[in-house]
Amino acid sequence: MTNPLVVRDLGLKRGARTILEGVSFDVARGELCALMGASGAGKSTILRAVAALEAFDAGTVSFDGAALHPGPVPPQSQLTELRRSVGFVFQAPSLFEHLTAIDNVTLALVHALGWPRGRAEKTASDLLESLGVGARAKAFPRELSGGEAQRVAIARALAPDPALLLMDEPTSALDPARRGVLGELLRALVGQGRALLIATHDVEFARSYADRVLELANQRIVVPS
Amino acid sequence: MHAAHILLPRAALVAAALAFGGAGEGQPAHGERELRWGGDAEGGAPFVEADPADPSRVRGFDVDIAGMIARGLGRTPRFVQVAWASIEASVERGDFEVGLSGVEDRPELRARHAVSIPYYEFHEVLAVRPGDTTRYRTLRDLAGRRVATLGSTQAYAILIGARDSLGVVPVSYDDDVHPYADLVAGRVDAVLLDNIIAERSLRRAGGFVIQPNPVATGHYVAVFARRDSALRDSADVILRQRMRDGSLEKSFRAWNVWNDAQARYVAGASAPRPTAGGTPVQRPESPAAYLPSLLRAAVVTLALSMLAMALAVATGVGIAAGRVYGAGLIRGALATYVEVVRGTPVLLQLFVIYYGLSNVVRLPAFLAAVLGLGLNYAAYESEIYRGALQAIPRSQLEAARTLGLSEWQIFRLVRAPQALRLALAPMTNDFVALLKDSSLVSVITVVELTKQTAIYATNIGSWVLPGALCAIAYLAFSLPLARFARRLERRWSGA
Repeated sequence: MTNPLVVRDLGLKRGARTILEGVSFDVARGELCALMGASGAGKSTILRAVAALEAFDAGTVSFDGAALHPGPVPPQSQLTELRRSVGFVFQAPSLFEHLTAIDNVTLALVHALGWPRGRAEKTASDLLESLGVGARAKAFPRELSGGEAQRVAIARALAPDPALLLMDEPTSALDPARRGVLGELLRALVGQGRALLIATHDVEFARSYADRVLELANQRIVVPS
Repeated sequence: MHAAHILLPRAALVAAALAFGGAGEGQPAHGERELRWGGDAEGGAPFVEADPADPSRVRGFDVDIAGMIARGLGRTPRFVQVAWASIEASVERGDFEVGLSGVEDRPELRARHAVSIPYYEFHEVLAVRPGDTTRYRTLRDLAGRRVATLGSTQAYAILIGARDSLGVVPVSYDDDVHPYADLVAGRVDAVLLDNIIAERSLRRAGGFVIQPNPVATGHYVAVFARRDSALRDSADVILRQRMRDGSLEKSFRAWNVWNDAQARYVAGASAPRPTAGGTPVQRPESPAAYLPSLLRAAVVTLALSMLAMALAVATGVGIAAGRVYGAGLIRGALATYVEVVRGTPVLLQLFVIYYGLSNVVRLPAFLAAVLGLGLNYAAYESEIYRGALQAIPRSQLEAARTLGLSEWQIFRLVRAPQALRLALAPMTNDFVALLKDSSLVSVITVVELTKQTAIYATNIGSWVLPGALCAIAYLAFSLPLARFARRLERRWSGA
């Protein structure tokens, strides 16, 4: 069985400026991998390229059953496999403001995966419960605290049961106590056999909870471990 | 009677006449008093028209008569341009001392103003298509058929009477060119207007036949403010003199409107003072009599506005989606549509849809009005929706993409519902604006609330009651809508 994420020689330019060059790494099942580096080093760009939100110019990104190649981002209709196996939690929770927490979680299950509504709601409410926001299922995003919103966003990304979860700066809006709770939560997800790739500049968090740290500098990964 | 055209060259002449101060008979000599007289140069020859040789001057038989009255009074005529429908109100306001532009003698005119003796006798005549010459000889033959005329005229009053007694369907126009154009095009079955206008249209465009037997007889008069009855008496003396000395006949002959009927009329009128020039139609006196037609017009306004808004919203969403999601060529084409439609008057668009396209597709007036207003407002709506769609954060759309929703699902389930909430307030605003802009469609013969109010006000000689009723009707439509929109907004913002 291949790793859920294999990145080889990833290169990306914006105009004449090189953002990434020769970036290669794997993330294994049951592994929490932290991508670190100064602001603007390209951490988020790697996540976006891996999630097929941004085109890249060189290399390949392979998943268990799908691959991305240089060139424009393929249309959504050609990314079904990738979308099913990769979840993304953005730095800002980016919840759908017009839907309640539970409807945010069920939306893709019902409309992208075609699940019956009952099954989707059961899964969603179990997930919200396990993330400690079960009581907030009927709340709208504007009624949630920052930490609650982030956990709803995690539930939304996890609902289709992706093998790989990408998270961009998950601790940026959290106080130290909340950071600990999040760390434990991520460890639990890894314990279920998922692969996690998080972009962060929070050294302490990475040290405490990541299995491996990838340091990004000068457009490359400088300390592959 | 008056005649307003939509012919652009003439409009340009009128504009030039106004720009040059509109002194029809030259500037007064120093110290000499002026006689300001009001008329509508848009009405054109033979009444009043801008002189093609010198557009700063006006000419026509009404110009000649104004000159005769002024000179008889030892004064210099000075022309004041005024919309034909406003002549009576303007003379009473004191904008000028005498109104002269094919003003028809009517009992209510005499009741409200000082009115001269009639100086010209005309006949209301029916015009029909050549194939209908034997079929439609009289109004009686036109039961259930559409008969066009100019609004606020004696002919219109006759048709309203014939609607009630014979079942004729009156169609009111704001100008005297399009009734004949629509007759030839088959949109109406007959036109009832005076013989001068009918003959002029026949010479200009043709394509129809004037029935020989007149439907009614009427007279043109000069109208003065009620307080100016002494001036009117002097004018009457002058007019009788000019009838006797042949000056009037000379002018009418020059303008090609002299006929045997005129000779008989002038012979009789120049001697004794005649009784009121007759109109065969009595109009309802009680304001309540106008309520049913006002109510009908209010329903027309509401239906028209709602249908036009529905069209504007549907088309606007399409345009906005095309501009946000479409390829370069589509975006360019839609942007051009929006700019052209927003950059030109809706009045012009209504004319183009109703009259301009009539060679290609002959739209019923109501449909043309819905299309004109709807497609015009679609341009404004599309800009609201485009702004609202672009206001939805990109990260939400990307989150939806990573969840595997298709672009169409993202639009339908994520972007559009939130954009609608943002668009609601400006949309409500636009609907209220559309409701009021719907009054413009009277130019293409749809009688809606404002038009009906104007007809009502003209007939009773006051704007107070009709204006108040009209305002109440508009507010009754717009206020509940604004309330409903505010409630929805409050609900969506989770207050």
